[in-house]
Amino acid sequence: MTHHTPEELARQAKILYEELFPKRDELKPKDKLQIPQQEMPAQDPIERGKNLDEVAIGYTEEQARVEALRCLNCPKKQCVDDCPVRIDIPRFIKHIADGKFQEAINTIKETSLLPAICGRVCPQEVQCMAHCTIGKGLKDVEKSVAIGRLERFVADWERKNGQIQTPPVKPETGKKVAIVGSGPAGLVVAADVRREGHHVTIFEAFHKLGGVMRYGIPEFRLPNEIVDEEINTLKKMGVEFKTNFVVGRTRKLTDLMEKDGYSAVFVATGAGLPMFMNIEGENLVGVFSANEYLTRANLMRAFDRENADTPIYKSKNVAVLGGGNVAMDAARMSLRLGAEKVYIVYRRTEREMPARVEEVQHAKEEGIEFLLLQNAKKIIGDENGRVKGMECLRYELGEPDASGRRRPVVIPNSEFILDVDTVIVAIGNGSNPLISQTTPDIQVNKWGNIIVDETQKTSVDGIYAGGDIVLGAATVILAMGEGRRAAAAINKQLAG
Amino acid sequence: MSKILLKKQLSKDVFLMKLDAPLIAEERKAGQFIILQIDDDYGERIPLTIADGSKEEGSITIIFQVVGKTTHNLAKLNEGDDIPTLVGPLGLPTHIENFGTVVCVGGGIGVAPLHPIVQALKEAGNKIITIIGARTKELLILEDEMKALADEFIVCTDDGSYGRKALVTEPLKEACERNPKPDLAIAIGPPVMMKFCSKTTEPYNVHTLVSLNTIMVDGTGMCGGCRVNVGGEAKFVCVDGPEFDGHKVDFDNMMARLNSYKDLETKAHKCQLDIEFELKKEGK
Repeated sequence: MTHHTPEELARQAKILYEELFPKRDELKPKDKLQIPQQEMPAQDPIERGKNLDEVAIGYTEEQARVEALRCLNCPKKQCVDDCPVRIDIPRFIKHIADGKFQEAINTIKETSLLPAICGRVCPQEVQCMAHCTIGKGLKDVEKSVAIGRLERFVADWERKNGQIQTPPVKPETGKKVAIVGSGPAGLVVAADVRREGHHVTIFEAFHKLGGVMRYGIPEFRLPNEIVDEEINTLKKMGVEFKTNFVVGRTRKLTDLMEKDGYSAVFVATGAGLPMFMNIEGENLVGVFSANEYLTRANLMRAFDRENADTPIYKSKNVAVLGGGNVAMDAARMSLRLGAEKVYIVYRRTEREMPARVEEVQHAKEEGIEFLLLQNAKKIIGDENGRVKGMECLRYELGEPDASGRRRPVVIPNSEFILDVDTVIVAIGNGSNPLISQTTPDIQVNKWGNIIVDETQKTSVDGIYAGGDIVLGAATVILAMGEGRRAAAAINKQLAG
Repeated sequence: MSKILLKKQLSKDVFLMKLDAPLIAEERKAGQFIILQIDDDYGERIPLTIADGSKEEGSITIIFQVVGKTTHNLAKLNEGDDIPTLVGPLGLPTHIENFGTVVCVGGGIGVAPLHPIVQALKEAGNKIITIIGARTKELLILEDEMKALADEFIVCTDDGSYGRKALVTEPLKEACERNPKPDLAIAIGPPVMMKFCSKTTEPYNVHTLVSLNTIMVDGTGMCGGCRVNVGGEAKFVCVDGPEFDGHKVDFDNMMARLNSYKDLETKAHKCQLDIEFELKKEGK
């Protein structure tokens, strides 16, 4: 794919806009199918590999309005059904087409509090865009109406114009709700519960708020400023935040309820222990979990080598193991930290990769090399215990496995050595044991994930859970969907 | 945010600080640690074991040695100053019961984390043999406190400037040779000391606990930077530890991992020289 400059994209959109808008009411579905999907303007691939700035720049007004014109406003609204927080998508898109951006953002905010974040990191192609009539007509889900880009456009418009409105809060009820973790699930519960007039305290283990949106997802994909803005809205609503507070350790979860007067607790502690491959050499110096690598770079600001006290490994050749969004983030971060050669090593093919197509594309544009149908066998160390290479095996695809994906099968005697000094393992997370270690009454499954019912309630009355601690590794929006359900149940409990 | 209530210099580059931390003081148990950070934006998170605490006063005590930039800057703070980030208590507490006779070995700054463990073991009714050691006399800390808790007390220095001229492994070996042998050994200090203490007790089959102080970022199990090889399995010091069976820990791998950022240590070394210089200037 060739990179088009933002100026070029803006120019083309302007021409289209001037051509289409005078006759917009006469456009038939087949005309709308002809309107090209508006490409997301992005920083130059070579330049952006050297900075931390956001890669995707965002639509211009003309681009947004042209893209919005593609929506058929279908009566069935399949896109809404596929959205975990059920945003009225056709309605907000219609407002954008009409140039009514305030109305558009208000529509989104009826059901979603974090549009600037979701517009950036939701996997729309497997949610709202998956059944879009336009995408179906063009036989390519990636060509569906770019719902996320439009969501982002109006969220950014609102922020840039200083129009962010604080949602109204009902009169104080005097009841208190504790939320453990300030990631996406926790923030949604905070907003929904606070709106009903209950006092909400969010406890965060780190010194900064936002959970995975702060320590995990890099600045070039989700700027901190945006996370701060969303959290500010909650602060303005009166949500209380306590950082450096590890529930379970700093205070027992049950003490929050029995001694501190919280009527309900929502546990959203997020991803837990990073998984490793259990291969030889994994504890060598130069092998990192993606969690550690990204936390150093993002939360601890180690990308700023001059000013940050937290060091980050100086790498020349990096292998990232895994094919998800986190693997892409780690690979692209290592490139920005000065690595000369970065490989994604994945044992299946690109088709099976869990990462978003857009992330894979961005990574490729930046020069990251994909070693597909290959996997690590062992990591080789030098005499000082530091990584000096990685022995890999080649695979081919066999029969489908339980997940429906074709199972990769080792090709015998296919070993080869990859010349790397750093290995980043991005194959997912197990559950964090902290809450279950310190709150034995909460039931967990055999992987340590908290067991909840359809309202997100755990085995203990008054305690709810959601996000990655329940789902295993999932997405921001799925965590938010769980938060939405939990908040409804908590509000019901407190009203009763 | 936590206020420094008291600051004392214990030896050339070792400082004691009492910090206002009522919640941590309430929950902390022997063997647990805290993480602190001096600058919320650019600072580094460092784990430090809790050396003491008072529920009544709502305070905890940390003892640290100036080894890098963060401990250097920490040592420059004074009573009344705030530490922006203090989180804890983290890690699993020491398992305390009446084992019988416990030999407790502390090397250098390792005496600080050993102190609350000995306190708890003593309270549980154990007979305590304490061995503390340091390179030289000026580096010994908490001698009086440790002596007060011990049924038998041995001090040694590498250079013979105080107490017995020996490495701590010598009296440890003698303790293991007694009949009956000790029921448990606990060794806390520099990695190389813990390695050789574990090697010393192994032939006598004396179960030996060590407390590891690896590199950490979050301290809650999320990053895995602190992982060590224990009995062939990767364990996380922050949530599975900090205490492990010394006979099973791969100390060589742990020491290599502690040196992950060695190329950046010249910076730390410079800090060390700076503080020595500053202290000299102040006539200490």
